Amino acid sequence: MDVWISALLFSAGYNTSLVTLGAMALGASAGMIGSFILLRKRSLVSDAISHATLPGLALAFILTATLTGDGRWLPGLMIGAALSATFGLWCVQAISSRTRLGEDAAIGAVLSTLFGLGVVLITAIQTMNIGGQAGLTDYLVGSTAGMLAAEAQLIALCALLLLLACFMFRREFLLVCFDAEYAYTTGIRTRRIDMLMLLLLLAVTVIGLKVTGLILIVALTIIPPVTGRFWTNRPLHMVAIASVCGALAGYLGVTLSSIRSGLPTGPLIVLSAFMLFALSLLLSPRRGIVAKLAAHQRFKTQVHLRQGLLSLARHEAIYDGLTLRILKRHGYIRRDHVPTPSGLAAARDAEHEEQLWSLYRTLYPDEAAYAGYVGLEPIGQCLPPDTIMALEMRRYPPQGGAS
Amino acid sequence: MSDFLMLSLVPMLIASIIASTCALLGNFLVLRRQSLIGDAISHVALPGIVASFLITGTLAATAMMVGAGVAALITVAMIALIKHLGRVESSAAMGVAFTAIFALGVLMLEWHGASGVHLDVEHALYGSLESLIWFEGHDWGALLDRQALADLPPQLPRVAWVGLLVAGFVTVAWRPLVVGSFDPEFAASVRAHPTLVDLLLVAMVAITAIAAFEAVGSIIVIAMFICPAAAARLMTNRLSAQLIWSQVFALLSAILGYVLSGYGPGWLGFEASLSAAGMIASVAGLILLLACLFGPQRRHHDASGEPSLMPER
Repeated sequence: MDVWISALLFSAGYNTSLVTLGAMALGASAGMIGSFILLRKRSLVSDAISHATLPGLALAFILTATLTGDGRWLPGLMIGAALSATFGLWCVQAISSRTRLGEDAAIGAVLSTLFGLGVVLITAIQTMNIGGQAGLTDYLVGSTAGMLAAEAQLIALCALLLLLACFMFRREFLLVCFDAEYAYTTGIRTRRIDMLMLLLLLAVTVIGLKVTGLILIVALTIIPPVTGRFWTNRPLHMVAIASVCGALAGYLGVTLSSIRSGLPTGPLIVLSAFMLFALSLLLSPRRGIVAKLAAHQRFKTQVHLRQGLLSLARHEAIYDGLTLRILKRHGYIRRDHVPTPSGLAAARDAEHEEQLWSLYRTLYPDEAAYAGYVGLEPIGQCLPPDTIMALEMRRYPPQGGAS
Repeated sequence: MSDFLMLSLVPMLIASIIASTCALLGNFLVLRRQSLIGDAISHVALPGIVASFLITGTLAATAMMVGAGVAALITVAMIALIKHLGRVESSAAMGVAFTAIFALGVLMLEWHGASGVHLDVEHALYGSLESLIWFEGHDWGALLDRQALADLPPQLPRVAWVGLLVAGFVTVAWRPLVVGSFDPEFAASVRAHPTLVDLLLVAMVAITAIAAFEAVGSIIVIAMFICPAAAARLMTNRLSAQLIWSQVFALLSAILGYVLSGYGPGWLGFEASLSAAGMIASVAGLILLLACLFGPQRRHHDASGEPSLMPER
């Protein structure tokens, strides 16, 4: 616990703090670019990209190992990963645009084939006699334990640059995501912007390899954006929330992994992101499960109250237990189910409203349907006074008039 | 030659059976644009297996299969929940669910990693096709010897049963499957029960993925669900012909991939053995690549025919 708190406060040593900052920047940029990709409905392209890095990693490892004797040189591995990921991305694009296969089939095919090739290369490396082999399997599930300060700096720097790039192009990205044809007419080169988006995604993936591993980096580009989607309907807000969530997940994940030696960073970051997501799924005010259940409960109470009051007004007996409880709670009936004076008054009001609403629905069925009134809202808050006046005139025609 | 019988026959058979089973189901997944379901399910098999090991303490096949099945069920339910509540598209919901569950699996594994369990992430991904050795297979007579046959790795009959089950399912549910793959609304109108068939298809995918995962790891499964069926789709416009093509491609990649991984380095003069699972996946990808380049039905058929505002990609 103490270790965790000291890591949370950035006082657990220079390296840990550096890694934490790097993971936060990575999470933020992954959340940001991931949101645009989510809006473009291509979330799982990142799955293909990340799996496609493996053959490049392995080849770069072999190359540097034969040149220098040790294959664990992060920039070299990153360049190799980026090259093979670009190839994978190109394959996905080419298959889905030039053949009749869907993008899902293209993603799955590229992912499994290139990953399989990478595995073949890794088994080849295992039979060769070169140093630092264990370093390569770190890239499957991520490891920051033995990260060098220079590596952490490199990752943090790249992540910051990406964050900046995403921020600069946010408006173009958004326009292309929502209406590519309109964006084209305003002079934006949609193809280039699309490519740029995917290249930024690729860069995030490659940078994240060392931190979360190639299988889990996908999660960082999908989970925070989906979390953001729960809190807002405005796209730029969603991007901002997603990047905050990503940063928070990086922060929590790296600090949690410092509690015990040997705890993997990648899964902890992903699970932190997922916790944030699960909290949003439960608690978000618009779409959360709690909010939906509460809204349902409120509606149920309203219906029972209205029906109970109408029954009171018509002097009908009430048998439903829930209705009786609600009426009692409002003080509209006594314990022996006899209406109180306030109950009678409320009943009269309710009947009056009900009649006005039903008249409104008969007279203006389209408007009522369009506005989605269910007749439970106080009519004075929904309709303008003159409409209510007209309704009342029709319902209760003035006595002794000109007619 | 007895070497072949002991070391290679069983893995090759298992790989072929799994490849052809996955490819059979893959045809429908590719048509329905649900290819990535197989990917998601084979990722969550690992957490299921780890959890069942932590709960029961055994690596018995039934416990592992039950664990993986439960994990697959949870994943499918989570995907549906996220899609419904969050109103995000299904691929993003899938991405959230399977990555989170996979992360949980890796965490559980590493947390208990010190206790010397015979389970690790690499094993789960690459599988251990090469380790399925038939010790009694000394000579060809063993094929008729009851005692020697009883010593066959238990994975072989298991995947064979799953293969039969899937073949039976496809035969029995052929019409609703086909109708539902092309036109779900029409399928609903002729009472072909598209939802039920959908669920059964996902269940079959899960059963296949889990049985295969335990025997050969997840790469072959993902590759075989997609590559042969996708390549076959580029060869023909008729579904029955596509099924046959996919079977040919699947068997070809299983056998060729296994042979290349076992004997390929030797032919080139190296002393090495490569991952059979990875090689089979690579060969399947190569076949798909060839089909993309030369398949007779590879082109898009643009149904709308409207001129597009967007430039050609």
